[in-house]
Amino acid sequence: MSKGVFSGVRILDVCRLAAGPYCAKLLADMGAEVTKVEPPEGDPARRYGAFAGDKPGMERSALFLYCNTNKMGVTLNLRTATGRRLLHELAKQADVLVEDAPPQEETALGLDYGALRAANPKLIVTSITPFGKTGPHATWKAYPLNVYHGGGEGFLLPGEPTFSMFPDREPLKAGGFVGEYDSGIYGASATAAALYERTASDQGQHIDVSGQEVQLQLNRMSFIRLTAENTHLTRAGRGYEFGGIFKAKNGYVIVRPTEDNHFESLLQVVDDPALKDERFKARAGRLKYGPELNKILARWLAGQDKEDFYLKIGGSGCPAGYFANAEDLVKSKQLIHRNFFTEIDHPEAGRFLYPTVPYKMPASPARYDRPAPLLGQHNATVYCDRLGLSRAELVQLRQTGII
Amino acid sequence: MTDKQAGPLSGVRILDFTWAAAGPQGTLLAGFLGAEVLKVESVRRLDLMRRGMSTLYEGFDNSPHLNDFNFNKLGIRLDLSKPEGQKLALSLVAVCDAVVDNFRPNVLERLGVGYNAMRRVNPSIILLSAANGGSTGPESKFAGYAGIFNALGGMGYLTGYQDGPPTMLRDSVDLRVGSALAFAIVASLYHRRQTGQGQFVDMASREVVSCLVGDQILEYTMNGHNPMRQGNRDPIMAPHNVYRCKDNDSWVSIAVGTEDEWRALCRVLGRAELASDPRFADAYARKKNEAELDTLITQWTKQRTPHEATLLLQKASVAAMPSMSMDDLLADEHLQARGAYVTVQHPVLGKQTNVGVPWKLSRTPASIRRPGPLFGEHNPFVFGEILGLPKNDVERLTKAEVLS
Repeated sequence: MSKGVFSGVRILDVCRLAAGPYCAKLLADMGAEVTKVEPPEGDPARRYGAFAGDKPGMERSALFLYCNTNKMGVTLNLRTATGRRLLHELAKQADVLVEDAPPQEETALGLDYGALRAANPKLIVTSITPFGKTGPHATWKAYPLNVYHGGGEGFLLPGEPTFSMFPDREPLKAGGFVGEYDSGIYGASATAAALYERTASDQGQHIDVSGQEVQLQLNRMSFIRLTAENTHLTRAGRGYEFGGIFKAKNGYVIVRPTEDNHFESLLQVVDDPALKDERFKARAGRLKYGPELNKILARWLAGQDKEDFYLKIGGSGCPAGYFANAEDLVKSKQLIHRNFFTEIDHPEAGRFLYPTVPYKMPASPARYDRPAPLLGQHNATVYCDRLGLSRAELVQLRQTGII
Repeated sequence: MTDKQAGPLSGVRILDFTWAAAGPQGTLLAGFLGAEVLKVESVRRLDLMRRGMSTLYEGFDNSPHLNDFNFNKLGIRLDLSKPEGQKLALSLVAVCDAVVDNFRPNVLERLGVGYNAMRRVNPSIILLSAANGGSTGPESKFAGYAGIFNALGGMGYLTGYQDGPPTMLRDSVDLRVGSALAFAIVASLYHRRQTGQGQFVDMASREVVSCLVGDQILEYTMNGHNPMRQGNRDPIMAPHNVYRCKDNDSWVSIAVGTEDEWRALCRVLGRAELASDPRFADAYARKKNEAELDTLITQWTKQRTPHEATLLLQKASVAAMPSMSMDDLLADEHLQARGAYVTVQHPVLGKQTNVGVPWKLSRTPASIRRPGPLFGEHNPFVFGEILGLPKNDVERLTKAEVLS
């Protein structure tokens, strides 16, 4: 059977919530052997809803289950000297360690690069924190909401048509944990690059990822509009001259008939004679009479099924889509055809579908060999089989609150 | 040994057929990490960014957007619609490690430079194709761009006010696709280095977006509910919102996750008594009375700038951050101190201020080493030096509009 890209790579994931764990998940789903190191009370993601069967429980959180597929799990109290010593023993056998300790706490937790490097000079240490490990705001506190709004996109959301509906409201965060996962992806690409380089140099290094800078990177197009074009973007006026978001019978659609051939396709689908008006025929006319064009489209689309409209027009080359909710995604024929979802059975949460990866690599495919670990599930495997501790020592470590 | 300044992917060569934003962001990141990227364009298929997006630029070399998405890349002109152009493209494939495109599925095949043709000249080549729905499936031919991926992928639905429509996220979504593409590039290079094996990597942009809302999809697959838009709210934490400040359109985000943070917030607000007010005495009560709480907080934030509010709250260990505009980001002392911005000298545009590299690697740093290429700037180097064509041939191919 084909092995995953990172098979044979050993990773310690000493992270909480979403950003760091997602970084390690991306590598785990592509074959790395990842051990998640949690404090004895567990990753706070375990307490974050929704929960399987709507029953709260440490092993039932959607966020935790999603972010920790394919990982083994151990507990370890890094606030103890023995905990830190065991972490460094594990680090000696690892290729990568991903951590997210605030810079003011990293030494107390044994997670500073100096200590880790002393334990294992070949180790790649990837740090993912809200503001990075250096600089005047490095020690600032931030939840995902604050990181996202510190990155430039929140201030520009929402654009039209929402802005006209609620011109006085506050800027918006993107839904769910989008910003955190962004940081995870940037952590994963740099980690993979450092692994690539290490095959030649046989040396580790430290990678410092700032969540705020990841968001800034993703908004580089808005940034260059300021520095090169002197445009001070706000939420106002962030719409299209014509086309855009429309309400359909059962949800919302988006359509952007920019070019003439797009508009021709639209005419084939929309059977409202008002749209055939000469004024709309050329792009210049559509730009000039955009609001009227949109009125006609809005009237017609209000009676349409969102997915039917998309399927009718999508093949013609006119950019169009519908706003998919979770159910739409799970039922999408395109995603089903591509086996985007896979069923994973978890001993406590149960069996249900998970999204997989957006890149198909036939020679080194993603695999889902294990669900997210139970709290401390692999303590014996890791501490006894790998570090050579006895069962009796394991019991003592447990009783003294180290694991 | 790797040259310290050249980045971890130094020695890797990538042939880049991508254009616009998503694909170029993927190869931009690979270039930051040290790969040598050969960007292919032609007069028949100019990168949209040379024309610009909201502002239109005359000529080939006046667009700051083209520059911004293509640092470090070498620019060549090659017309793939001509048989000789296709032959040259395959000669380049032979000396590259990976090829990246964001054509619609089958366009490369139609041009005679599909994966099988590439493999014949370079058995271990990696081809990465990023398309809206991927290369297979009933919707694989459908056109897409950032706004469409955002809608189809499920992110737009979940972004918005609780009582408003879904939100159009735009260019950042293209860059999110590029970020996942960069990971796929590096991962497939690592696999190749370990095994000698290339492969065809088939990436779907809308699936990139769906992965970014993966936990929300699980809520449906486990329990059958569809998660909805939450504005800036959190399912448990309160306060957790963006609050109006003193000046026009100025805002600060504040989130409280622990009792310590809550008490600290009350102290900063000068309202220590709120900490024991039954309406806000515990996390459950605060969430229940969130609207009242937001009103109280706004009374305080409205008298301050986002920066003042943030400093006072951070000093008390409460998580706060302005909702930052691009102007705020540019002026930010922390980002400046970390070197988040770079000044790049472009031969036509002059000095440009751009967002720099997104990671700090301690031993093999990522870097910006040259501005985006002028149109066809590196034809002599790529065709003359890398492919070793005699000068006469390059001249003839240019005249014949193969290199055009």
